[in-house]
Amino acid sequence: MSVAGTTELVSLKGVSVSFGKKNVLENVDLCVEKRRIVTLIGPNGSGKTTLVKVLLGLQEVSSGRVQRATDMRIGYMPQKLHIDSTMPLTVGRFLGLSGANAQQCREALQRVAVAHLVESPVYGLSGGEMQRVLLARALSNKPDLLVLDEPVQGVDLAGQELLYQLIGQLRDELGCGVLMVSHDLHLVMAATDEVVCLNKHVCCHGSPQSVTANPAYLQLFGDKTAFYNHVHDHSHDLHGEVCAHEQPQKGSGDA
Amino acid sequence: MPEFLLLALLAGVSVAVASGPLGAFIVWRRMAYFGDTLAHSALFGTAIGVALQIVPTIAVMVVCLVLALLLVALMRQRQLAVDTLLGIMAHSSLALGMVAVALFPQVQIDLETLLFGDLLAVTQGDLLMIAAVALVVIVALWKLWRPLLAITIHEDLARVEGVPATAVRTALMLLIALTISIAMKVVGALLVTALLLIPAATARRMTRTPEQMAVGAIICGVLAVIAGLAMSWYLDTPAGPSIVISATALFLLGLIRPMSSHT
Repeated sequence: MSVAGTTELVSLKGVSVSFGKKNVLENVDLCVEKRRIVTLIGPNGSGKTTLVKVLLGLQEVSSGRVQRATDMRIGYMPQKLHIDSTMPLTVGRFLGLSGANAQQCREALQRVAVAHLVESPVYGLSGGEMQRVLLARALSNKPDLLVLDEPVQGVDLAGQELLYQLIGQLRDELGCGVLMVSHDLHLVMAATDEVVCLNKHVCCHGSPQSVTANPAYLQLFGDKTAFYNHVHDHSHDLHGEVCAHEQPQKGSGDA
Repeated sequence: MPEFLLLALLAGVSVAVASGPLGAFIVWRRMAYFGDTLAHSALFGTAIGVALQIVPTIAVMVVCLVLALLLVALMRQRQLAVDTLLGIMAHSSLALGMVAVALFPQVQIDLETLLFGDLLAVTQGDLLMIAAVALVVIVALWKLWRPLLAITIHEDLARVEGVPATAVRTALMLLIALTISIAMKVVGALLVTALLLIPAATARRMTRTPEQMAVGAIICGVLAVIAGLAMSWYLDTPAGPSIVISATALFLLGLIRPMSSHT
């Protein structure tokens, strides 16, 4: 761990958010440092999206403290970006909307290997292409902090692995901190320095290995992670949720 | 060309220039009902204008702007969907207009003019006001173009990138309110949304960038105004509906041509 205060990009201390009487986040501590990849996992309704909004400065907190590094540029990759078919828009123009100039946009597209799409309409990109284009937009301002909300959704398995590798490389090149939100419990484990397991409060956090062995994590996600190194040990339902296993498998592998 | 026809043409063209790009935003953001809501308030605006002896167009403009701001404020609550809010506002303001007409016996309103516009009766003063508003709208759109597109695509992403999204969105609503208040003079309250929607929808099929679509919508709108006025002149049809029919004819013509590739 680096010395606190020198490399911290954003830190949350005891942050709670409630909408009306409903508590969405309770007493959450979180810190993203330079050159570290932090992955946020948690079931639906666990407050992941709200926490991301707090980090981005889009959501006021009910209590607690949010500290941001001064002059920090954030590159944000939203979870869903639906571009209506009524709007004609090329990939190049889409990137330019961030305020980056043409040169920066071209470089960002090149870096994520979709430079050939610059003249293509955004509407009609494949899932994988769209995620890369969104990542390019997040990169186009040379961010200090990348916030990626489910960066691999809609991407096939091989593509997911490539994207996670790419995110790791970008962290090395830009020296930026990365906060990712993920549903996927496997590929992402290999691509992250720290995992924060959220269910309104932080259940557990630490290295991927330590988190997957944590009882709080196992209670939340079941025993699927006993198969940590395998990729085909679960299936997804229509909502992309991981389906629970029929019979729990205990004791095998890393747990 | 007789003067009234020239005035009508210039007024129509000014409105088309403002409503082209704004129409594109209405199409992109699916705000068609917003235009209708503002149009519903025209009767109320006109009635208080006459009652208070203000120029009716200005009274309509003020009412439209107030409604737009009211909607922005109401949208901050999350319980009711926007179309519900718009429905409440549209019908309340229409009812308010009818009650106002009954309460002020001195107010005589030509309903047909209100509903279908009276472009051929545009005065020099009217033209001046319409052209000035159109100019304000175009300059504002020019200045706000990139942030407007950014919030239309993803408001949170735009915020993170530093766009003051709420202010920009409010500005867009006010610009639409301004444009609708002047467009009402041309095509009337019932047809005003058509003038915003149809040219933009026509342009969509032929364009590859948002800017092309905005300019294309202006061109389609101007063509519709010219064709509509010609139709009105030769066939003695009402000008506003003739313009809308021309716009629709252009839209149908555009359908024949296949959607341009890559779009």
